[in-house]
Amino acid sequence: MDAVIAAKNLNKMFGNLTAVADVSFSVAAGECFGLLGPNGAGKTTTIRMLYGFSPLTSGTLELFGKSIAENLCDIKFRIGICQQDNSLDPDLTVLENLMVFSRYFDLPRQTAADRALKLLAFFGLEHRAAAKTSELSGGMQRRLVVARSLINQPDLLILDEPTTGLDPQSRQQVWTRLEELKRSGLTILLTTHYMDEAARLCDRLVIMDHGKVLVEGKPADLVRRHVGREVLEITRPDQSVRDFLAQRGHEFEDLGHRLLVYDQSCNGLFADLAEQFRDADCLLRMGTLEDVFLRLTGRALRE
Amino acid sequence: MKLPLFPPVSGRFVRVWQRNLTVYKKSWKVSFIPPLLEPLLYIAAFGLGLSGLIGDVSYQGKAISYVDFVVPALLATTIMYNGFFETSYNSFVRMYYQKTFDAMMATPLTMPEIITGEIVWAATKSVLSAALMLPVLSAFGLLSYPASLLTLPLSILGGLAFGATGMFFTSIVRGIETFNLPVFLFITPMFLFSGTFFPLDQLPAWAQGVALFLPLTHLVLLARAATLGLWSAILPFSLLYLAVYTLVFFPLALTKMEKRLIK
Ligand SMILES: Nc1ncnc2c1ncn2[C@@H]1O[C@H](COP(=O)(O)OP(=O)(O)O)[C@@H](O)[C@H]1O
Ligand SMILES: [Mg+2]
Repeated sequence: MDAVIAAKNLNKMFGNLTAVADVSFSVAAGECFGLLGPNGAGKTTTIRMLYGFSPLTSGTLELFGKSIAENLCDIKFRIGICQQDNSLDPDLTVLENLMVFSRYFDLPRQTAADRALKLLAFFGLEHRAAAKTSELSGGMQRRLVVARSLINQPDLLILDEPTTGLDPQSRQQVWTRLEELKRSGLTILLTTHYMDEAARLCDRLVIMDHGKVLVEGKPADLVRRHVGREVLEITRPDQSVRDFLAQRGHEFEDLGHRLLVYDQSCNGLFADLAEQFRDADCLLRMGTLEDVFLRLTGRALRE
Repeated sequence: MKLPLFPPVSGRFVRVWQRNLTVYKKSWKVSFIPPLLEPLLYIAAFGLGLSGLIGDVSYQGKAISYVDFVVPALLATTIMYNGFFETSYNSFVRMYYQKTFDAMMATPLTMPEIITGEIVWAATKSVLSAALMLPVLSAFGLLSYPASLLTLPLSILGGLAFGATGMFFTSIVRGIETFNLPVFLFITPMFLFSGTFFPLDQLPAWAQGVALFLPLTHLVLLARAATLGLWSAILPFSLLYLAVYTLVFFPLALTKMEKRLIK
C-alpha cells in the first residue's frame, strides 16, 4: 500500500537560512503522525511545502502516491489544512465561514450546509453559528478553524499547532474530536510542542530541531530508548547526593537546583536514597515524552 | 486565459470573486449609497455652482455646457476609484491583516487565481458603481442614449485597468500607509489633470504629452464620447491604450503578488 505522505530529503532555504534540512518521513493511511520541535524547528515550513504553499528547495514529495509537482490541484481537494495562524474571515459569520470555504472545494450548496451544521455541532459551536468570528473566544476560533479544515471531508488532515493557546477544556475537547476522527480512519499529520498532546494522539512522530529530524519512532519506544521507564527527580540536592550518584555510576542531568536520574528502573536507587539522605527531596515518576524532548533539544530558551 | 505573459489561471478564480460578492451583499445598503448620492453632490456643485461662472466649454469644436463636460469625467473617475481602492487598501487588508489569501491557499486555489479573483472583483465594483450612477444622471437628462450604455463595457475595461494598478501597488508597498504615495503621486494628479475638469488643450504642450500617457485620460475621452454621443478619431487609440495598459499591469500584478507571498 502506498504511503499517504512520502517525503524524501526535503530541503528549504530562505536565503542563507536553512529552515528544513534533509527531512524524510512517511505517513501510512489511518496513521496519526506528529512533527514535534521547539519554535523555529521548521515544522510550519515543512507543512507549507506539503500543501504546495512553499516550493521545495530540493527533495521529493508524494501525497496519495502522486507527485505534488504535477498533481497539486487534485491533491488539495483531498486534504484539509488547519494553519498555525487563525485565518478566519472576519467579514463573515461562523456559519458563512464554512459555507464560503466549501465553495473553494466546489461543494454543492446543500451538501455544504449539511456538513457545516454537523461540523459546528461536532465542535460544540452550533449555538454560535450566526456570531461574528471576532466575538468568539480564542478556543472557539481555533475549533472553528479545525472544523473548517474538515469541510471537504479530507483523506488527510494537516494540523499546525491545533491547540496552542487553548484552555485545558478546549484542548481536551479538540483531542477527543481528533481521536474520534482517527478512529474513523482519517490520516492525520500534527505539529505541536505539547508533549502530552503528541503522546496521546500520535502513533508515530519525529522530533525536529534546527530543521533536522533528530529521532523518529513511536512515543513509548522513544521514551524507553532515550529516557528509560522511570525518572528520579531530586530537588535541592547537596554535594553528597551528587557524589553518591556518581559513585554508583548513574547517568543524571544536573540542573543546579534539581537532578534528573534516567534509568530503566530507579526503584532500588529511590529506596537507597530515601534511606541514606533522609532530607533529600526525591520523586520517582514515569519517563515522559517531555523528558525525551528536553534531552534531545536541550533546555536553552528559544526566541 | 492562455495569454503569453499570464501565469496559468483556471476559472476557479470565480470562487474568490464570489467570496467578495458574499461580503458585499451583507452591506449592500451602505455600499449603494456613495454611487447614488455622489452624482447628486457633483451635479449640485458643478451645475448650480461652477456652471454659472464658467458657462459653456469648447470641446472638439463644439460648445457644450460645463455639466455635460464634467459628468462623463465623474463617471470615469468613479470607475478608477472603485477599481483602484478595492485592490489597494481593501485587498491589502485581506492579504496582510485578515490572512484571507493564506486561508485560500489551503484550498485548491492558486495564488494567480486568488489575485485574478480580486482584480475581477474590483472591476465588478467599477461596473456596479457606473450602473448605479447612470440612472441618476439620466434623471437629470445628462446622458445621450443609447451611446451612454457603452460606459458599462467601458467600466469593465477601466475597472480591470485600475484594479490591476491597485494590485500592482499592493504587491510592492511595505505597509498600508505606503499607499499614500501612489495615491498622491499618481491617482490624485490623474483625477485633476486627465481632461477631467478642464479640456486638455488648456495645459501647456508638454503637460498634454504627459497626460496622454495617463490611463484616466483615455477612460475620460471614451466616457465623454459615450455620454455625449460624439465620435472622434482618437477613440480607437484610447481603447487600444487602455487594453495594452491592462495587459501589462494585470500579469505584472499576478507575478509580483506571487513573488511577494510565495516563499
Ligand atoms: N518566509 C520566511 N522567510 C524567512 N525565514 C523564514 C520564513 N518562514 C520561516 N522562516 C524561518 O525558518 C525557520 C523555521 O520556521 P518555522 O517552520 O516557522 O518553524 P516552526 O513552525 O517549527 O516554529 C525559522 O528560523 C524561521 O524564522
Ligand atoms: Mg510553526
